[in-house]
Amino acid sequence: MTALDTSPRLDDPDLAFESLVEAHRDLTPDQSRRLDARLVLLLANHIGSVTVLREAIAAAREAAWEAPEAGR
Amino acid sequence: MAAFEPPHYPFRPATDDGARHRVVVAGGGLVGLTAALDLARRGQPVVVLDDDDTVSTGSRAICFAKRTLEIYDRLGIGGAIRDKGTTWNTGRVYFGEREVYGFDLLPERGHRNPAFVNLQQYYVEHWLVEACLATGLVDLRWKHKVAGIVNGADGVRLAVETPAGNYSLTADWLLACDGARSLVRELLGLAFVGKVFRDRFLIADVVMHADFPAERRFWFEPPFHRGGSVLLHRQADDVWRIDFQLGWDADPEVEREPERVRARVRAMLGPAIPFELEWVSIYTFRCRRIEKFRHGRTIFLGDAAHQVSPFGARGGNGGVQDADNLGWKLDAVIRGEAPATLLDTYDIERIPATDENILNSTRSTDFITPKNEAARAYRDAVLELAARHDFARPLVNSGRLSRPAVLHNSPLSTPDEAPWADGAPLGAAAPDAPLDNGFLLDRTDPNGFTLLVFGEGAPGGVPGVKRVNVPVASVAAERYGAGTGNAVLLRPDQHVAARWRRCDPAAIGHARDRALGRVA
Repeated sequence: MTALDTSPRLDDPDLAFESLVEAHRDLTPDQSRRLDARLVLLLANHIGSVTVLREAIAAAREAAWEAPEAGR
Repeated sequence: MAAFEPPHYPFRPATDDGARHRVVVAGGGLVGLTAALDLARRGQPVVVLDDDDTVSTGSRAICFAKRTLEIYDRLGIGGAIRDKGTTWNTGRVYFGEREVYGFDLLPERGHRNPAFVNLQQYYVEHWLVEACLATGLVDLRWKHKVAGIVNGADGVRLAVETPAGNYSLTADWLLACDGARSLVRELLGLAFVGKVFRDRFLIADVVMHADFPAERRFWFEPPFHRGGSVLLHRQADDVWRIDFQLGWDADPEVEREPERVRARVRAMLGPAIPFELEWVSIYTFRCRRIEKFRHGRTIFLGDAAHQVSPFGARGGNGGVQDADNLGWKLDAVIRGEAPATLLDTYDIERIPATDENILNSTRSTDFITPKNEAARAYRDAVLELAARHDFARPLVNSGRLSRPAVLHNSPLSTPDEAPWADGAPLGAAAPDAPLDNGFLLDRTDPNGFTLLVFGEGAPGGVPGVKRVNVPVASVAAERYGAGTGNAVLLRPDQHVAARWRRCDPAAIGHARDRALGRVA
């Protein structure tokens, strides 16, 4: 794999989302952050390519909205 | 009780005001003495100016890497370092209460030298001084301090201060080895650019009789030092070096107080182990370098040229490799066997090596001192995962330990004519291997080029190049990726300059000329 695939690929998107949210139940913000970090590292290793990882980092940064409600 | 009593070398007033010398070394520390010894063993007279009259004090370089030991074997003091120092190949990393993993740096056998020998820098400097004196060619001038410099096109004029008055001398070549606070660098107005890490470290040398194994131990956030990391190394004479990470807000004056340091060490060792403090200091680490190392007839080596944080042991080891790279080149230029432009390849080869050291030590320091909460979360996540999953272990960075630089794309290397996929690449430091009941590197010419010839009946020699025959069915042949009739040319600093599947003497001669910068 040499390029980040951003086409819809998840077999069960609702379950994927639910699982991610559920994983953070009862965690403090610090614990959540560390869980996410472990998760990212596991998935990055599964992908196995720093090139793809860096494309994903760029895509994630680019997708951020300048939220008009920021600070609400 | 440390066994080492620092020697005090005699001050002698200068009697040669206005004299001209071939090579002057500013700074008689680890790197300056190594450079002086290297040149003297090639037959060059060297004057060394040092503002002090003794060896280094306290905790400086402690981990002498395999490549450095090979260089010191070539210079004749490798055995003393191995005999006195503590050999180690293994290490252990802890996070919180738990061991995360252990590692072995040199699983491969058949090298004279281990991955590392730990030894206090003052021992090595002391033996370098003795070895320099034994050559009869090194004029060691203690308490002679460089005070002024004119870096001229035809020579470097130096003003020197001594307790008996000032004098001047002129050097054909000045090697600036005067450390991180280099006065030569300052006098020439050269910018020393890089970054400072916003953290403070307490370095304590402790004398104790403990039966911990001789291995590197690194703790992230241990119970005995919450909120920081701790590094433990064993040295000679039952001296142990401990680095405590204190954080940016720590007050150096308070942290240096012996009672406070003792409390930290006691918390680490437990109440049962008696110890004595031998040395305490507080550091802030920096990674930086000057833009170019060669400035006409003044050439910078070691910390005067570049500075790194200590994680990875890349300061002293990097400096010794500078001296290794420059010595034979300067000798060849002085002898008229190579053009002065050969010295430009010192920059071409050592600046990428320096940048590699800076990159590695910067990344290690960033792992040990996370810059923000996200960085800390990733760091801790790596450590948590590493205890359970092999994949995360290579992500743990408590120091990427010094490895010799591969001089990729050096203009001194002759590109391969035939494909050569296996073994040490062009520009690599020659791998050691068992050979004839000894070791291959011991058979190389310490002052010249060496041709390794693999198998019987391979091509003949070239005048001035030492030929070493290597059997084909051997570890050595494997490490060079070589078969019958192949040949590998090693430079005087034991780096791979050229190799041939089939070669003729003309090709060998041409490759040697190229490595001397005579031809492109």
